[in-house]
Amino acid sequence: MALLKNVARVCKSKNAGPFELTIDVVFDDAETFRRVKVSGVLSPALFARLYNVPAEHVLFTPYDAAFAFKATLPRLVPAGDFGDTDVYGCQQHAPLLDVDLPI
Amino acid sequence: MSKEIRLLSTSAILGYGFPEASLSAGMARQPHVIGVDGGSVDPGPHYLGSGKPFCSPLAIRRDLRLMLNAAVRGNIPLVIGTSGGAGGEPHLQLVATMAREIAREDGLHFKMALIHAEQDRATVKRLDTVGLAHQPPLTDAVIDRATRIVGMMGPEPFIAALDAGAQVVLAGRSSDPAPWAAAATRAQLPPAPSWYAGKMLECGATPSIPKGHDCLFVTVREDHVECEPLNPARRCTPLSIANHSLHENSSPIHHIEPGGMLDTSECRFDAVTDRAVRISGMRWVPAEQYTVKLEGVELAGYRAICVCGTRDPLLIGRLDDFLSTVRQEVATKAAAFGANPDSYQLGIRVYGRDGVMAAREPMRDAEPHELGFVIEVVAQQSQEIASAVLGMARTNMLHTDFPGRLCREGNMAFPFSPSDIEVGPVYRFSVYHVAKVQDPCALFPIEYETV
Repeated sequence: MALLKNVARVCKSKNAGPFELTIDVVFDDAETFRRVKVSGVLSPALFARLYNVPAEHVLFTPYDAAFAFKATLPRLVPAGDFGDTDVYGCQQHAPLLDVDLPI
Repeated sequence: MSKEIRLLSTSAILGYGFPEASLSAGMARQPHVIGVDGGSVDPGPHYLGSGKPFCSPLAIRRDLRLMLNAAVRGNIPLVIGTSGGAGGEPHLQLVATMAREIAREDGLHFKMALIHAEQDRATVKRLDTVGLAHQPPLTDAVIDRATRIVGMMGPEPFIAALDAGAQVVLAGRSSDPAPWAAAATRAQLPPAPSWYAGKMLECGATPSIPKGHDCLFVTVREDHVECEPLNPARRCTPLSIANHSLHENSSPIHHIEPGGMLDTSECRFDAVTDRAVRISGMRWVPAEQYTVKLEGVELAGYRAICVCGTRDPLLIGRLDDFLSTVRQEVATKAAAFGANPDSYQLGIRVYGRDGVMAAREPMRDAEPHELGFVIEVVAQQSQEIASAVLGMARTNMLHTDFPGRLCREGNMAFPFSPSDIEVGPVYRFSVYHVAKVQDPCALFPIEYETV
């Protein structure tokens, strides 16, 4: 087992437009990426649980060419609306850092 | 000799700054076009609503002066998308005025095109629209309430302006890659590598490592694109380029653009040197229906804020009860001076607990030794009401008693005098739709002038 923060090269979040948040996890090499992908831990269900949204609202795409996974989901509040805490959406990645990857 | 076009982007946004040496190194490689993206929707609704630029006028002027001089002296076009940050009319006019002033000061002469992107309400009401990201249908009421609406142009208006002989093209809201896709497709290169080049150039040297605000040089050929940063301190690697495909898109492989979709799923990334990368295998799928994205904001009210903090463990230990008491006090006392609870929103952000992630914060049991607060009031009607309610909230955060209280002189440390800040009008995104159009240029009139 390994914590995501110890094996990923990139773990980041950002707006994808004012209404959606997109989260990327990128690995260093094809082999690590393959093992993470095969484990199935990074999935719409995981993002749904961590970000408290229905799994059908998570657009989850592995991107083999970049050794990356991307999940896009609704923002809690549209960017800049009353109650928004993160206009750029770039500090919403932390719940992923301690995800245990069976690799 | 196969056809190629060389494109030079100075940075991610006009006004972010770039090293002059990078621009000189780029010009030495004889680009056909230089340019920069001028803005983004990322900083939120304020800039589109207020008409103010996202970067400071001083910073924009510095970048623009270097670019205008390079373009005119190099006798090549300069293209700028989403001028002034949000690409509305005041943003475009700000950059156009600066361009005229710089030209006069530096003795530059050129034909300039201004491509307008701000839309009037009557035009928007006639459009056939569909909501993006689960937005409800666009009603006349929403359009009437909007402070400002812009359309996001594709490459076609840029092509028209360049075909008409404009050397400097300043555009309002544009799809970020559009100026570059225009330059490359106008040179008879296929749309797939042209759009891909735009995807790289829109962010300046961001696809390189170390990331930073700097210049990127891209060569577009029939079936591939080559990217290289101009600062020797940076490198493009296959991974840094591949990662950039992830940037600010909902999908890493399907990039929806006004006239079609760029598919990067089959891309290959090959190192040409230790700092240049060749990308091939991108595909362009033309859309059956041309669409233009619309962005609009409406006034949500007026905001006042106050920053403070506590170092008191007894207060931190019963924070929820304390905040609830403060809210009740504010509701009563504000109503007494005529501000009913339904005329404003009071937010108390708690930094050190869930100030960054709010309801999505998974660590609910941490015991911090100090907490920071941003007290915020947004009043629908006026700044005066927002400031009055905020003042009442601030006083009650400071003085409200709680069981077991030892710090009887005050609960909060305020870092500033005055403690309260009037933020002014607050906007919210209200239009985020695509419009089906027949003519990609119809919503984007072009004006020409000789500078």
